[in-house]
Amino acid sequence: MTSVPMEHGLVLAGLLFVLGLAGVLMRRNIVFILMSIEIMLNAAGIAFVIAGARWGQPDGQIMFIFILTMAAAEVSVGLALLLQFYHKFKTLDADAARTMRG
Amino acid sequence: MNAVFYLSSFVAVLSTLMVITRMNVVHALLYLIVSLLAVALIFFSLGAPFVAALEVIIYAGAIMVLFVFVIMMLNLGPQAARHERQWLSPGIWKGPAVLSMILMAEFLFIMTKGYHVGSVLTVEPKHVGIALFGSYLLGVELASMLLLAGIVGAYYLGRRDDDGRAQRSRRLK
Repeated sequence: MTSVPMEHGLVLAGLLFVLGLAGVLMRRNIVFILMSIEIMLNAAGIAFVIAGARWGQPDGQIMFIFILTMAAAEVSVGLALLLQFYHKFKTLDADAARTMRG
Repeated sequence: MNAVFYLSSFVAVLSTLMVITRMNVVHALLYLIVSLLAVALIFFSLGAPFVAALEVIIYAGAIMVLFVFVIMMLNLGPQAARHERQWLSPGIWKGPAVLSMILMAEFLFIMTKGYHVGSVLTVEPKHVGIALFGSYLLGVELASMLLLAGIVGAYYLGRRDDDGRAQRSRRLK
């Protein structure tokens, strides 16, 4: 019984990344856009972990931890922006902010 | 371990597909949590138990709780009770429950078959920790500064707008 081929894992990471990208492009609700960005970051992390597991080195997992840190910081700022957006426009439609009047 | 990998990949892709096609935010969050749990099982089957635990604790735990809190804050209003009744309608939970049951079965399979199934090369948490606080120490410091910036930014942006406007106008006078 051999371990999983690296290509299959990378195909999985690519598939999840494309799904997240499709979510960002399709949805107009800001909460969905933020969730899709999380999916994309997670997919990038999967690619790192698979590459690290291929050679049995811890570096891939360390890159995943950094991605996790970045995702946590990004989502906290993004959700705070979302709350401000909702108080200002009373909607979650991203198109409501297409004109930046300052 | 191969079967575990392919089955949880299937669950992950399926639930991610459900996330980006749901109309209701809370339903999408349910599927997103299932997707993250599936990814955690993928990590475990690839021989990375430490990041599998981190995925569950930080992604499926902390970040998703942030999302849930914000969604709860946005729905303060008279229609909140009606939404609550809609969200609790039977049938919505069936999809995530079935997918979670698949993951639970895989988890039980791993636990009963033992930790090292197959010839998976496992990178132990000890090696990850040694490398993280050894050669990647600068990265850890930078990550801590990024988190500090995230805290300050979220605190600044999270204030109510009327509060900030009053302060700004006071400063102008």
